[in-house]
Amino acid sequence: MTLDPVLLSRLQWAWVIAWHILLPAFTVGLASYIAVLEGLYFLTGRDIWFRISGFWTRIFAVSFGMGVVSGIIMPFQFGTNWSRFTDAAADVISPLLSYEGLMAFFLEASFLGVLLFGRRLVPAWAHFFAAAMVAFGTLLSSFWILATNSWMQTPQGYRMVGGRFEPVDWIAIIFNPSFPYRLMHNVNAFYITTAFVVMGVGAWLLRRGRATEDARMMMRMALDLLILLVPLQIFLGDQHGLNTLEHQPAKLAAIEGRYDTVQPTPLTLFGIPDDAAATMRDAIEIPNLGSLILTHSWDGTIKGLKEWPADQRPPVGPPFFGFRIMVGIGVIMLIVVIAGQVLQLRGRLWESVWFLRLCQWTAPLGFLAVIAGWITTEVGRQPWTVYGVLRTADSVSPSLTGANVAWSLVFYIIVYLIMFPTGIAFMASLVRRGPQQAEFEAPLDQIECGLPHEPFESAARAAPQP
Amino acid sequence: MPFDLVPLWTILLGFAVFYYVVFDGFDLGVGMLYSLVRGDTARATVMNSIAPVWDGNETWLIFGGLGLLTAFPLAFAIIIPAVYFPILMMLLALVFRGVAFEFRFKHPALRRIWDGAFCGGSLVATFAQGVVLGSLIQGFKVDGREFSGTSFDWLAPFPLAIGLALVFGYGLLGATWLVFKTEGELQDWARRTATICLLAVLIAIAGVSIWTPLAHPDVARRWFSWPNIALLSPVPIVTALIALGEWEALRRRHELTPFLGAVALFLMSFVGIAISLWPMIVPYHYTLWQAASSASTQAFLLIGTLFLLPIILMYTAWSYWVFRGKARGTGGYR
Repeated sequence: MTLDPVLLSRLQWAWVIAWHILLPAFTVGLASYIAVLEGLYFLTGRDIWFRISGFWTRIFAVSFGMGVVSGIIMPFQFGTNWSRFTDAAADVISPLLSYEGLMAFFLEASFLGVLLFGRRLVPAWAHFFAAAMVAFGTLLSSFWILATNSWMQTPQGYRMVGGRFEPVDWIAIIFNPSFPYRLMHNVNAFYITTAFVVMGVGAWLLRRGRATEDARMMMRMALDLLILLVPLQIFLGDQHGLNTLEHQPAKLAAIEGRYDTVQPTPLTLFGIPDDAAATMRDAIEIPNLGSLILTHSWDGTIKGLKEWPADQRPPVGPPFFGFRIMVGIGVIMLIVVIAGQVLQLRGRLWESVWFLRLCQWTAPLGFLAVIAGWITTEVGRQPWTVYGVLRTADSVSPSLTGANVAWSLVFYIIVYLIMFPTGIAFMASLVRRGPQQAEFEAPLDQIECGLPHEPFESAARAAPQP
Repeated sequence: MPFDLVPLWTILLGFAVFYYVVFDGFDLGVGMLYSLVRGDTARATVMNSIAPVWDGNETWLIFGGLGLLTAFPLAFAIIIPAVYFPILMMLLALVFRGVAFEFRFKHPALRRIWDGAFCGGSLVATFAQGVVLGSLIQGFKVDGREFSGTSFDWLAPFPLAIGLALVFGYGLLGATWLVFKTEGELQDWARRTATICLLAVLIAIAGVSIWTPLAHPDVARRWFSWPNIALLSPVPIVTALIALGEWEALRRRHELTPFLGAVALFLMSFVGIAISLWPMIVPYHYTLWQAASSASTQAFLLIGTLFLLPIILMYTAWSYWVFRGKARGTGGYR
């Protein structure tokens, strides 16, 4: 077997970004949640907001730190493995990318420090302000990185000069056709992911009879947010799909598992795609439903992949299955949230042990959905890095051999398999400690002792346990 | 073209790289020296001397990387693949180091392992950065707009020697930082270590100053042709004076001066390399102007940078002020 530097570079990219994306998927939502909690504490002065906020801020500190550390890797990937893409497209995408990095950099250097260590050093309003700015910063970061990604999916506002992309209109570049849909769909997904984690942690605390008041508040807040956001996400997903149909019809055909153009188009529920033969094996189909969902008419036509030359078709398997996993998770989430609301209306939420257990199991579902959705959109836009213009195969660094990339991939796998499980275990131990009154009375000099991430820890440990 | 932003971006990027080298340099140096320190209290003191600032220092690497990508994308596209493995080693070492730093507080039982990861990570990251610098000075094989060598071109005597030299360089920054931040026995030890590192650094500076003009006729012409030789002669003279001053400062048990002297030595080396390579950013192939992105691209990022950078610098200065004074093994500062 010969090692293909293009395939291996794609795997490496997938590996480092799949782990990295889990952290923003969590921290973007968590930052906003903490800002809300801090706002409530500032306005009401009630201890419960303080305890919940402190609890999640400790976890936020670890996940944000891991996000920054794994984020340092990302911009260098453009140079190490995708230097041809960099040379061609940097004039357009690099400022967008840099703004994302600068935002994270800026946050790390400024408001995050106040949020984490400044509780006793600054007035309450300033602490709330810092929390709000961190939340705003994470949203800005999402804005820039999704603008970058969206431009690669639906490029516009540029001209080609000697095989390189040159910016012509920055507004058109940033607000490219898929950007608004991708931004809303993603940020909403991040919020849902976080809310499910908050709900799962609340349920876990409740089942152990720990910090009951705080845990109930977490669950209630998460449920009330999710009953709005999950249906909204289904609507946004549908809109995003229609946008894909308009601008990336080949991706949509892959998602639908559609090789042949048929009118009216059925909906393929399931099947085994075979790219070589360009057919869907053992397909289970519902007549007309494809047309109805995608064109919002009974007999609209969806183009099949055979409309494109073979070298311009994406592989069908990953987008086809990724999409079904994402939608499946969405349906499960909707059921969980409706069940929770019904129980709450009947006043039986806290006694329903089965539901609390269900919340624990579904806590990580958001992460799975984010990864599945990301695979759908990224494999679906193949074989292009800049859609329709620059091929993935023409983007890779020319000096790399397959063996080079195989080695680097092995190193990334080893280090990430040490780092991420340890970090997750670290956060799990913070969850087990639960919300605490203790840090409220922590002595000032302990907080100031100058160990990042340690002050919270040592302060909580040094203070008398309740 | 409306306005040439290349000089401004050159200054900004030069500043970011120098800032990164000095600031992450001293905490990488402290990280390496940590393995040589004996005793729990002394070790805790050493760790506390960089704890509040190290991750802020490291983020300047992102700014440097993204700045190079945005302002001089061609340089990014040629240099980074050429040093594929040193960059890989550096990134993984920094990841490991960052994570080890956090986790060593969490698992006292595993502290020895995380301590090892912290020191090892610091050492590997430093060495890899030296190899990148050495490769840059050595130059790259370039064909058109692409790096045309192999992923192992950095595996040559000069880049490896620079890697070793930078270990002592960051060691000097780290040791003099410890002289500044500690007292008593630990400070004496740091002073002795700084003296050893200083000797190694001076040998390295002399070595590079001899090797580079011998290997690259352009560099020789830059320094030794008339009138350059007269105009540039202050550079080696000032460097020698700083080296002498550094030696005296260590001998006379100054506290802050040795660190400032080490920074000055780095600044002079930086200036020396800049003079040798100017105006190349991909040495011996592409100038800063040839590698620059479009004026519109450079202007777009400049707006945000000029707004954010002063705030970041002010905040950084404030946090160093908050954590001023001698570090201690237990409790906090002051």
